[in-house]
Amino acid sequence: MIDTKHIGLRLPTVSFEVEKGRLRFFAKATGETRPEYLDESAARAAGYRSLPAPPTFLMGADLDAGTMTTLLETLNVPIGRILHGEQSFTYHAPVCAGDVLSVESKISDIYGKKSGALEFIVKDSLIKDATGETVLEARSVIVVRNPQENAA
Amino acid sequence: MNAPTRDQVKVGQALPPLELPPITRATLALFAGASGDHNPIHIDIDFAKASGMPDVFAHGMLPMAYLGRFLTQWAPQTRLRRFSVRFAAITPVGARLSCTGKIVEITEDGHETLARLEIGVVDKQGEVKLAGDALVALA
Repeated sequence: MIDTKHIGLRLPTVSFEVEKGRLRFFAKATGETRPEYLDESAARAAGYRSLPAPPTFLMGADLDAGTMTTLLETLNVPIGRILHGEQSFTYHAPVCAGDVLSVESKISDIYGKKSGALEFIVKDSLIKDATGETVLEARSVIVVRNPQENAA
Repeated sequence: MNAPTRDQVKVGQALPPLELPPITRATLALFAGASGDHNPIHIDIDFAKASGMPDVFAHGMLPMAYLGRFLTQWAPQTRLRRFSVRFAAITPVGARLSCTGKIVEITEDGHETLARLEIGVVDKQGEVKLAGDALVALA
């Protein structure tokens, strides 16, 4: 069982720069071909400062910084046992290439279901721009598959 | 692209679907690098088997990224206020996914008129992989 003393744990604040090359790579990986996501002049023509970060792109900020690895190590959860349970984003302002963001994450909840066969970790993140304004709120629910000791 | 206006939409209206090509191992390798999610369970079959899975499978955030494309082909991304999903089933290699959605409610939040959408990702057998909702500000 994951120790619930970790509820409320704040993870290290990380910095993330939104890079054009990474945005184009993300577009390729997700089959995105619309010019405003690939071409800077098309993005400007569509009203963006530069290439926009797609709606789910900023998950990469915590991942790049190793925050998820730190979280799993702290909670003593093997990476091979996790699944993504839920994900939500609340958008406050557009994010574009060139933006330098900070990500503040904490563990908001830990709970079990099905007699401990599944455990759930809730991580909440605030993503802020260089002026300190919150541009995005993100909530992840991570499912941990625990082996059943009495299984055949 | 212009945002849908209040008089262009009605409750029950379906959004244009987005059909995706089959998920390949190359898709997962590219998405691992681009997304920053390097969990080997999605890209290394040996690790996946050692973790009790029959094969590698897609990152949940890959079909959620497809849903992001689906939403932003209907309304500009600057109109998206909230986007939330529950991952209902694993997406295996070879899956052919479709994104679907419909308007279920028109609401006001004080200064904006919002369309609430029920959205989902299903495979060719009709199994729901992701289900969720989104709020889009109407023009």
